[in-house]
Amino acid sequence: MGSSRRSITIFACPHYTSAFDGAALGSEHGRREVARRSRIVGLETMEAAIRLQGLVKKYDDVTAVAGLDLEVRRGECFGLLGPNGAGKTTTVEIMEGLTKPTAGVVEVLGLRWDKDGAELRARIGVTLQETKLFEKLTVEETLRLFRSFYDPGRARDVETVLRELQLGEKRQAWVQKLSGGQRQRLAVALGVMGDPDILFLDEPTTGLDPQSRRALWDTISALRARGKTVVLTTHYMDEAEFLCDRVAVVDHGKLIALGSPAQLIDDIGGHHLVELSTDVPLAPEAVSDVAGVRSARADSQGSLALSIGEPHVALPALFTRLATRNAKPTRLVSRAATLDDVFLSLTGRTLRED
Amino acid sequence: MTDSPLFALTMARIREFAREPGAVFWTFGFPLLITVALGIAFRDQGPPQQRVAVLEGPRAVELAAALRGESKDKGNLLLAVEILPADVAAARLRAGAVVLTIDGGARAGDPIVYRFDPGRPDARGARRAADEQLQRWAGRRDALPTRDETAVARGGRYVDWMVPGLLGMQLLSGALWGTAWNIVNARQRRLLKRLAATPMRRGHYLLSYRLAGLLFVPLQVAVLFLFARLTFGVHVQGSLLSVFALSLFGSWSFAGLGLLCAARAQNSETANGLVNLVTLPMFVLCGVFFSSNRFPGFVQPLIRFLPLSAFNEALRHIVNDGASLLSQGVPLSILLGWGVLSASVALRLFRWT
Repeated sequence: MGSSRRSITIFACPHYTSAFDGAALGSEHGRREVARRSRIVGLETMEAAIRLQGLVKKYDDVTAVAGLDLEVRRGECFGLLGPNGAGKTTTVEIMEGLTKPTAGVVEVLGLRWDKDGAELRARIGVTLQETKLFEKLTVEETLRLFRSFYDPGRARDVETVLRELQLGEKRQAWVQKLSGGQRQRLAVALGVMGDPDILFLDEPTTGLDPQSRRALWDTISALRARGKTVVLTTHYMDEAEFLCDRVAVVDHGKLIALGSPAQLIDDIGGHHLVELSTDVPLAPEAVSDVAGVRSARADSQGSLALSIGEPHVALPALFTRLATRNAKPTRLVSRAATLDDVFLSLTGRTLRED
Repeated sequence: MTDSPLFALTMARIREFAREPGAVFWTFGFPLLITVALGIAFRDQGPPQQRVAVLEGPRAVELAAALRGESKDKGNLLLAVEILPADVAAARLRAGAVVLTIDGGARAGDPIVYRFDPGRPDARGARRAADEQLQRWAGRRDALPTRDETAVARGGRYVDWMVPGLLGMQLLSGALWGTAWNIVNARQRRLLKRLAATPMRRGHYLLSYRLAGLLFVPLQVAVLFLFARLTFGVHVQGSLLSVFALSLFGSWSFAGLGLLCAARAQNSETANGLVNLVTLPMFVLCGVFFSSNRFPGFVQPLIRFLPLSAFNEALRHIVNDGASLLSQGVPLSILLGWGVLSASVALRLFRWT
């Protein structure tokens, strides 16, 4: 792919950083992946939770969604990944029945918004991007209010939801006094109040501190484990990798890649990336034929960026090559490739650029 | 019942209101402050006094004494007299601090010159009274014997007339701000969108505003009339039940206009503008602080058709004239028309996102 690329962002998520334990991490990754794939194969026979066909949304002179075909399977956690302005929010809001598409077919749980809106609203749960709730109501009052909107036979118990979202201590607190993380947990709590078949989360952890993000990830994983279909949008690739069975990468309102995080990473040619600087500068050609190295290029800082398949094969061979060339590594970082690398290789931009 | 969404939404509205000290003040405290301010400005001080000035000159002292001497004994119009240099008096006349200046001339036998603005009824009255005093002092005698009997009609004072209008103003602005501001605020903060994504029946949400609003109306009515009675002795001549019923009905009608202002506005600035656009002209036109009879005849039918005029007219008949609610068919129909029309247009235009 293109060679005029910027340096790969060193990815700072604790469970993916590593210098030399890449091999061990890779095998764990592999196990998780096998489990995921077998589950997905089982689900393929089931009816789709959401089906989008030829979806287009135009606002005056802006095209937010430019022809999208997607299928979300029942019971999976599906991520819409893309930079700001990619059309993620418009797409979910169309799925949620809040925005009417300009063209295209939208089927949710086999139903259509124009005919079965009332039934659909009772069966989905929604967390909008940064909703402000009733500032002067308490957490518990807000939950009870939302509970009243649902069929009492179906709606979940307020106490259970308070516990599940760890909001018990804050039940008497006014919404305006909550921290960002607590507000977001409350927003998710309101989303699950009606025990929905599909839960939509639009950028659930944007603006949260790392601890709150992890806590919310755990909550979402738990919901998913209860067999709920979860659709989330995010521009954090670590979030998509941690939570999602499948990811649709969208950019400028178009689908540019679809698959499990591991598949997508595979498709860019290697699970692992090695960044290497040496005391004697080496050209990419000096290492590109090393066993296990799939590609090598010089990055903008003058070090080498290698894409490798299996670290336990490539790394020893790489050290041997360095020794024969009389070059000592001054810096060597090996890390698992991320969805950010996928996005970078597909678009030439990073996810966090606007 | 606590499971009912309408009940839960109405309770949420009430809680939000009660927990917002500002809202409570504007609903209950502010109208009382206005009542006090206007009540003090127009309190009863016996017959009104008019300030007149006698210009400095050789005859000034005797003329002033003549005006002061008898003015307390006879006539309803009292004159407050002072002697001023000509330039000061002219300045005060321009500023309206005196309504009449009296120039006695240089010698006895010079004509006395009254200077005043004939456009001011109080100035014309002061001129007549002053002339009467001076003519009598100079020796004129009445040809006919007369006797005055004064009668202040119950419910006929300015404050009696003003208090119902204040209630109308308060209910109109309460209904409009209470609905429009809160709904638009919820839309701006995307709370409306969030609610629209639940199975909540949308009518319930809008209805909860009316229910919560109507709950406060009897309280507003009671607070204002109790206060007016205790401080200014304003009595309700008609039945209190009629006053409450009319107030609820009026507030219901006004809330339709609030919904209309809130139907499309995307931010609270727009909503503020719309509410002001609706309320301020009505405060001026519909007889809140002064009678709408002061406007030219050709706009009268138009003014009478405005919802606040209709409300004030009916309320004044009940409060000041002791009329029954049922006798107020025309204003009630006008209120009904506005309520139904505004609410149905608003519902058609309403946007949740």
